[in-house]
Formats: sequence, C-alpha cells, structure tokens
Amino acid sequence: MRQLGVDLAGLSLKNPVITASGTFGYGLEFSRYGDLKALGGICVKGLSLKPRQGNPMPRVAETPCGMLNAIGLQNCGVETFLRDKLPFLPWRDTAVIANLYAQGADEFAELAGILSDQEGIAALEVNISCPNVKAGGILFGQDPAMAARVVAAVKKRSGTKPVMVKLSPNVTDIAAVARAVEAAGADILSLVNTLSGMSVDVFSRRPRLANVIGGLSGPAIKPVALRCVWQVCRAVGIPVIGMGGISSAEDALEFILVGAHAVQVGTANFLRPDFAFRLVEELPPLLERLGVSSWEEFRGGLRVE
Amino acid sequence: MADAGRCREVAVLARGGAGPEGERHGLWRLAVENPGWDTAVAGQFAMLRPLRFGQELTWARPLSLFGVRPDRVEFFIQVAGRGTAHLAAMNPGDRLVMWGPLGRGFAVEPDTPTLLLAGGVGLAPFAPYIAAHPRPDNLRLVFGHRPPLAAYPFAEMAATIQAESFHEEKPGDLDRFTALLRERIAGYRDGLVLGCGPRPFLAAVADMGRAAGARVQVSLENRMACGVGACLGCVEKDASDELVQTCVRGPVFWAKDLEAFSGHHGTPGKNGGCACGS
Repeated sequence: MRQLGVDLAGLSLKNPVITASGTFGYGLEFSRYGDLKALGGICVKGLSLKPRQGNPMPRVAETPCGMLNAIGLQNCGVETFLRDKLPFLPWRDTAVIANLYAQGADEFAELAGILSDQEGIAALEVNISCPNVKAGGILFGQDPAMAARVVAAVKKRSGTKPVMVKLSPNVTDIAAVARAVEAAGADILSLVNTLSGMSVDVFSRRPRLANVIGGLSGPAIKPVALRCVWQVCRAVGIPVIGMGGISSAEDALEFILVGAHAVQVGTANFLRPDFAFRLVEELPPLLERLGVSSWEEFRGGLRVE
Repeated sequence: MADAGRCREVAVLARGGAGPEGERHGLWRLAVENPGWDTAVAGQFAMLRPLRFGQELTWARPLSLFGVRPDRVEFFIQVAGRGTAHLAAMNPGDRLVMWGPLGRGFAVEPDTPTLLLAGGVGLAPFAPYIAAHPRPDNLRLVFGHRPPLAAYPFAEMAATIQAESFHEEKPGDLDRFTALLRERIAGYRDGLVLGCGPRPFLAAVADMGRAAGARVQVSLENRMACGVGACLGCVEKDASDELVQTCVRGPVFWAKDLEAFSGHHGTPGKNGGCACGS
C-alpha cells in the first residue's frame, strides 16, 4: 500500500496513528524516543481555560492488562500551552489536536474561540467523556441533548477548525450520543474514552485511587472499544477515530476494519515510550502482508454474514 | 550522547543475590546490557519492562541505577510485588525493554561533608554515588535494614567509606534508629544529607536535617506509569503549590522544595510510602 495518509473532514493525517490525549503529555516529553514528525497526529493533554491541579494522589493504579487513572485533567492551561509548548511541536508535519475540557458549554465555546485562530492547531477534540472530574466531563457525554448543546456551542466559535468529539463508553446507547453530536455539527468522532472502574486493597481496606473511581484503559478494554466503534460507524456518516487498548499494528487495523478512519493510541505509550513511532513503522509491512491496496478498500470491510 | 534516553531492548547478563544472603530474602541484583549510556548520575533511574510481562502487567518498573559500567547496567531489586518478582526471576539472555537514565540524581559536592542515609532497598543509589565521588573521605553512610545485613551489598559499599548499619528487628528498634539518625545528622550543619528509603523515613530525615541546619535531598519513589513526565501519576506538590512530576523533576529533590518535606506541611507519609518498583 503506497498511501498511508488519510483525510477526515478537513483533518489531513500523513498516517492514521494519533497519540491519545493524557498519555502523551504535550508531545515534547517523547521527542527523545522518536521523531514526532513521523506521527499522524498528537492529541495533547486536555486543556482548560485556567491551569488545573487535578485530583489528589494516588491517581494511577495498575490493573490486569491495563490501568486505572484519576488524574483529573491536571494541565498548564491553554495560554501556557500556546506560549510554551505549541511553538516547539512540529505542527507543520504532524497534526496537533487540542483536547478541550471545560465545565460548561460557554466555557467550551470560549476555549474553542481562543484556539480557532491558532495556525498550529489542526483540530479541536471536545472531551465530554472524562470520568474523573466532578463538573462537566462525562456528564455531558452521557446525555445526548447536553452533548449536542456543547458541540453546537463549540462549533459556533471554532472557525475553520474541524471539531472532533470524544465519546464515553459509559453509556447505555453510544450510537444515540454519536447521532446527537453529529446532528449538532461534529465533524469527527473519537472513541472510546476510559471505562469507569475501581480497584481496592483488602490489606489496607482502601481504594487504590484517592478519587476511589477512575478510568480503565489498556488492552483490557479493547473488545468493548471495538464494539463501540463498530456500532458508531454504522450509526453516523462522519469519520470516526477508534481507540481503546491498541497495543500492536494488528490491533490498530482491527479498528479500521470495523469502520474507523484513524486510531488513537494511549496506554501503550506507557508500556514503552517509542510505541507510537514503532506502530507507524509496523503498519506498512502488515498491510502488505494482508494484501491491502488502499484504506478505502479495507476500511469498514468486516465480513459479517 | 546521542543514544542517552533512548528506549532499547536489552538482554539480561547476570542475576544473583544482592548480598551473600540476598536470594533467601528476596534481594537481588540484575545486570543487563548497557545500551550506550555513559552519563548516568547516582540517583537517576531507569524503566524496565521484561518482554514476558506481555499484556498482563502493564507498566515498566522504575529502578534506581545501582551501577553503570561500559558493558552493563546494574540494578538492585527487592521483590515487593508481581512486577519485581518477574524481574528478579529473569535469567541471562532474557530480554527486557529499558529506557533511561531518567530524572535528576543526587548533588555531588566533593569538599562538603556528606551523610548518606539509606533505608532498605534505598541503599541502591548510594553504590554508584560512593563509586563516583572524588572525596570518599568526606562521605559517611548510615544504613537501616530489616532483613539481615548479609542480604545487602553493604560490605562492598562500606569498604571505602565510613559506614555503619542498624538492624531493625522489633518494633522498639525504630526509636533507637531514629535516635542514631538524629545524632549523626546533628554533625552536618551546612553539610549535605542525602536520603533514600521509605517515605516516613525520608520525612524524619528531612525534619532532623532541617533542625540540624543541614541541606537535605530526598529520593522519592512515587508510583509512576511512564517515567517520562507524561502520565502525571507520580506528581508531588512543590513548595510553591505546583504539582511536579517525580520522574522528571526528581526523583531526587531538595527537601526544602517540596511541600511535604519542607516543614510547612501536614502529612508526608500520605503518599503511601516507598513504592520501589513493586
């Protein structure tokens, strides 16, 4: 396959590998482990209007085939990001996607406004699915009407930037939420965010996260994620970015086979910091082996009797 | 150098007890291929992830550098959980993914009297510290331990500097150990006091060092996932109320720069104590 690049509603990627928000810092942390320019895209750590400290420690816990986190969106704030981080990212070569967190539709819109005229930002990813914050976050993502309201508000201020909406798997009917945000103007969907979970220690009789509940990620959630992506791809007409436990080139192609245009990789970046760079290199030989001639031919080509 | 910090797959060269009786007490040393590091500083660490973790164990384990030689990098491992049990069971030829050297190490001030305070597996960074120090006559080591002394690499480390150990066998011993620490630290006004061990131990060292007018560094072992500053799982609050990543801004900090160790705080033990790659 000659052409690895994909185009998603105005977001052009040189390849379908994007690093997931919250697992790749602001990108620069990984520059010594690979060439950031080789990646399709980088979703930076969730940005809010003002800096946030996040939740109390401990806020990560290892679980079988995965991990829980309850970081709570610690971040430097959008202004510091634009001043101190973005100029050092290779945004001309690799799509830099700003992940947005806010506590209300107006605040989301304000953030979108700030980012809409930033040349280095390729797209906005609206996080309506964080399970680790008290206000906003997952509450927006669990109610189709509220999700649609946030997306509509962001779309009014996002200018020409494609708006990607990150969906939560912690819902009864993810396709319903997907359809609602599509109708509200979303250009792209990304899914899934983490699954709500918890872990406890019988010796200390304490939860392993100070926040008690956190978000589960890693290979443990891949079957759930794949099912969600499959359902959403059949429910909407806009491009979908699949994620959830991708740990190999084969995993990545599974998501594309069920209909995704691109993938995000997250927890695997913690298993080894050069994971995403290696994934980009491992895709072409696997595609060759599978006899794939183009993304169009392969995407959504799951053979269901 | 160009390769410093890169993530590499390396082979285990050797494994053995950390001291003559180490194996029986779950204290091991592991030597792996040196992937080209030549600039490591004592107190820095590496992330190690055996290939046999597969997908079942997620994170690499952070381990303090115990020795960096041209052909090998050595680690001192205390079996504390499933990850360290895997690491301690590795045989020559087994492969692991390793990235490092990571973080900031201990200050070296050749002409300053320097007191090294180690608790248990916290002894690890002081081996390369002693080996690289230009004035070993300015160093003194106090080592507190629970398993027998012969389980640790203490004898070889004590060969070149003034060193003493304290065996904590029963609950009351802790008070005597604390008294010993206080007495030793008292002699280091304006000197350097460097601590590595469980968090409550470090809190006590920081308090006593401050009272004695010493400059204190502590090496933290907060639980971490990535080791490169991205996951924000290992953060510690600094003295200006900012959260900083232990993996890149530490693991060695000046005690005065951290809220929990600066004396203006509440509960230093709150973070769960030494995580030591468990």
